[in-house]
Amino acid sequence: MIQADLTVILPEIMLSVFAMAALLVAVYTAKDRAAGLLTWITAAFMALVALWIGFTGEGVNVAFGGMFHDDAFARFAKVAILLSAAIVLVMSQDYMARRAMLKFEYPVLVVLASVGMMVMVSAGDLIALYMGLELQSLALYVVASLRRDSMKSTEAGLKYFILGALSSGLLLYGASLVYGFAGTTLFSGIIEAAGQGQAPLGLLFGLVFMISGLAFKVSAVPFHMWTPDVYEGSPTPVTAFFATAPKVAAMGLFARVMHDAFGGVTADWSQIIALLAVLSMFLGAVAAIGQTDIKRLMAFSSIAHMGYALIGLAAGTAMGVEAMLIYMAIYVTMNIGTFAFILSMEKDGKPVTEIAALNMYAKREPGRALAMLVLLFSLAGVPPMLGFFAKLGVWRAALDADMVWLVVASAVASAIGAFYYLRIVYYMYFGTEGEALETNRAPVLWVCLTGSAVIMVLGIINLFGIEGAAAAAAATLVN
Amino acid sequence: MDNLLSIVTFIPALAAAILGIFLRGDDAAAQRNAKWLALIATSVTFLVSLFILAQFDPADTGFQFVEEREWLMGLTYKMGVDGISVLFVMLTTFMMPLVIAASWEVTTRVKEYMIAFLILETLMLGVFMALDLVLFYLFFEAGLIPMFLIIGIWGGKNRIYASFKFFLYTFLGSVLMLVAMVAMYSDAGTTDIPTLMRHSFGSETFSVLGIQIVGGLQTLLFLAFFASFAVKMPMWPVHTWLPDAHVQAPTAGSVVLAAILLKMGGYGFLRFSLPMFPVGADVLTPLVLWMSVIAIVYTSLVALVQEDMKKLIAYSSVAHMGYVTMGIFAANQQGIDGAIFQMLSHGFISGALFLCVGVIYDRMHTREIDAYGGLVNRMPAYALIFMFFTMANVGLPGTSGFIGEFLTLMGIFQVNTWVAAVATTGVILSAAYALWLYRRVVFGDLIKESLKTISDMTRREKAIFAPLIVMTLWLGVYPSVVTDIIGPSVEALIQNYDMALADGASATQVAHAE
Repeated sequence: MIQADLTVILPEIMLSVFAMAALLVAVYTAKDRAAGLLTWITAAFMALVALWIGFTGEGVNVAFGGMFHDDAFARFAKVAILLSAAIVLVMSQDYMARRAMLKFEYPVLVVLASVGMMVMVSAGDLIALYMGLELQSLALYVVASLRRDSMKSTEAGLKYFILGALSSGLLLYGASLVYGFAGTTLFSGIIEAAGQGQAPLGLLFGLVFMISGLAFKVSAVPFHMWTPDVYEGSPTPVTAFFATAPKVAAMGLFARVMHDAFGGVTADWSQIIALLAVLSMFLGAVAAIGQTDIKRLMAFSSIAHMGYALIGLAAGTAMGVEAMLIYMAIYVTMNIGTFAFILSMEKDGKPVTEIAALNMYAKREPGRALAMLVLLFSLAGVPPMLGFFAKLGVWRAALDADMVWLVVASAVASAIGAFYYLRIVYYMYFGTEGEALETNRAPVLWVCLTGSAVIMVLGIINLFGIEGAAAAAAATLVN
Repeated sequence: MDNLLSIVTFIPALAAAILGIFLRGDDAAAQRNAKWLALIATSVTFLVSLFILAQFDPADTGFQFVEEREWLMGLTYKMGVDGISVLFVMLTTFMMPLVIAASWEVTTRVKEYMIAFLILETLMLGVFMALDLVLFYLFFEAGLIPMFLIIGIWGGKNRIYASFKFFLYTFLGSVLMLVAMVAMYSDAGTTDIPTLMRHSFGSETFSVLGIQIVGGLQTLLFLAFFASFAVKMPMWPVHTWLPDAHVQAPTAGSVVLAAILLKMGGYGFLRFSLPMFPVGADVLTPLVLWMSVIAIVYTSLVALVQEDMKKLIAYSSVAHMGYVTMGIFAANQQGIDGAIFQMLSHGFISGALFLCVGVIYDRMHTREIDAYGGLVNRMPAYALIFMFFTMANVGLPGTSGFIGEFLTLMGIFQVNTWVAAVATTGVILSAAYALWLYRRVVFGDLIKESLKTISDMTRREKAIFAPLIVMTLWLGVYPSVVTDIIGPSVEALIQNYDMALADGASATQVAHAE
């Protein structure tokens, strides 16, 4: 029995053991000198585990009496989480090494955070949910303040920690209410207690608190306040990490809780999530306009994008979950490319994040500028880039669920939001001569940037087949 | 050749990819190669597109050369042309080599410039051929990106403002259209355009927030599409992006904008608004007609007082597009025939007028009307050509401009005499602004010092105008070359439109009787 359980969580065990072993080896031998090598090995290991999960995973496997689910949905999210985390690790190596920030703890913490995320998307129980969430969050708090000598970085870490603790408190309070009224922490028990159509009031009360806690993790308005500061203050590679894997995990967890535990009372939560989505889209679109720092801008951009992804969730259907998963996969790919670009911006060896520094960039670096152009239009949702199909998918799901007002509002928001992406294009292509920005020519960054731009264009042929995987994932979650 | 349409569409994109990947450097040789490759690619596209015209059967009112393939998210990649779209395809492939030839003097970032125009051609062709809603939207919307860059990078002094205004105006309009498209998909269960043309969307009056919506869903869908096409046309009062974009765009950009991009709006009305939402269109026809009339009269008056040549021609474009919308919503044979004719003829004429401005702009680097005068003394050939297109723009019989205006006016006269009466004053006003412009620029004594050394048109410039003159005259004296091709398809369109309206009317009567 226990053996069967352990087989189900074998990937998580492997990664945890790997993290501990790496920690031990590094502490007793080379310390930070081995960090570069360790980063590469970690990335390779995570990619391997991702491939293993992606290619061999089959069916629905439940472990520990329903606390842990390994199904198509979890596998989809896990592959996205592990691959994006691995790519971000590879991208950060050169940047951090040259600024003496590369500590061996970094890859180890990323692995631990990833394990937390994997538990989150597989959670079948409130306790498992909380354990995964906290493992992820604690690791993230530390990496946010990785630059110990920088005021901004430590401030970012501290802010993230305090607000994160608050949100965990909200979530726990909600979870305790849910437990009190359902009498169980298992999602399969809660969904029975919630019944069909109308849930008991106490359960709804708990649900609202849980949604607040989860909304904090996906940085949906009005629980977004930490995002810009943390994005700006953290070292750029860490920001890149925040913008990708944890977002997938949080959205995955969100979908899992809503459908596995409260799937019977869709009407009760879909309006709340729709409201979160609308607020996020508009705030993300409007607040980003005045930003001069590209990392802060990307923070608001990610708030807006989470709004669009939440539309899929608000629809409350399998189609919605499928659209949300596709949206997240495309979003992560776009962000990896964009952050590869941001990581390559520097001057006299120092990182630059001022948007104005991009003046005339296209003249000096036509290839990179073109790739970034593609990504920016994709982020804005302009066809023929994949970003457009991401939006199309969630809109279709929402209209299918008769949420016309939500779709119209998001259409307006996306037109407003296009402006600030265009502003970056404006600096790169139309700007006047400014001080020349240098470019970090690390091949990894170039590959990530170009690769993600190429995916954005060529993906419109068949989405590289992730559509089928997303459909299967959604089907296991919603039934 | 089963996929003739795809071949035509993607030749320019292929050339752009070759340019982007293989052409290195920015020296004179690389620039020359880029220009020649672009010219060859657009010319080949034109030649291949002649096959479409040759094999096109006007009597068949359905879609021809149809290709269909599975695509992602349950959509289909479906292309095809009918009598309404085939000539727009030809207009595009015909104009693009001229546009490239007109950009021979560009020296900054030539490679990117040519890539932008080639990609733009692919996207414009795609718009006229797409038979899937989302595919249409994809081409329609993606065209904004190269145009945004063309205005923003190679434009005039105030290019930033103009490019942003252009992009955001059209983007907001189109996003609403996308919402409507998604709504149509969930209503009809398909994004296939021919199927949707036969699908009847709900037209029962309902109320939203206490407002009665006559024509129901159809009216709402119509309005969403209208938001996009009206901006694209552009119709008064959402035309203000056009003068800015025209003035700031480089000559070739203006030509493409006036000759082809504006036609997407009119094409959209004919492809979507009339056949798919007949009841909605019928409900809102008075609004559209009066907007068109205001556009004709108001923008003609505005054109009278312009100081900038390009701006004047831009306003005249808005006025001429007013005839197009008026003709389309007259919804009879003459009206729609005239509207399509007017769009084609305006493509040649306004394209040529912008090229005329480009000729002297290249020499003097100003578009101020006051900076010119007496050009006839030094540039006789130019004076002749400019005269020809000015007359065509006014609508002189014998040029294609006359046929378009006359047919649309005739069409609307049968529907609404008042609209026709007011619109006719536009003919007089257009003569006023066009001839006055011509007098100030070309006639008079050559007194300005700076103009004393101006040279007449080169052989290359004359060669660019020659095909345009031929087309304008040909369509002017022998219009049935166009109406023969579009006639049957337009007739089918009107028949379906009238039938759908009759059905809708009888349905409401039945409902009342019960």
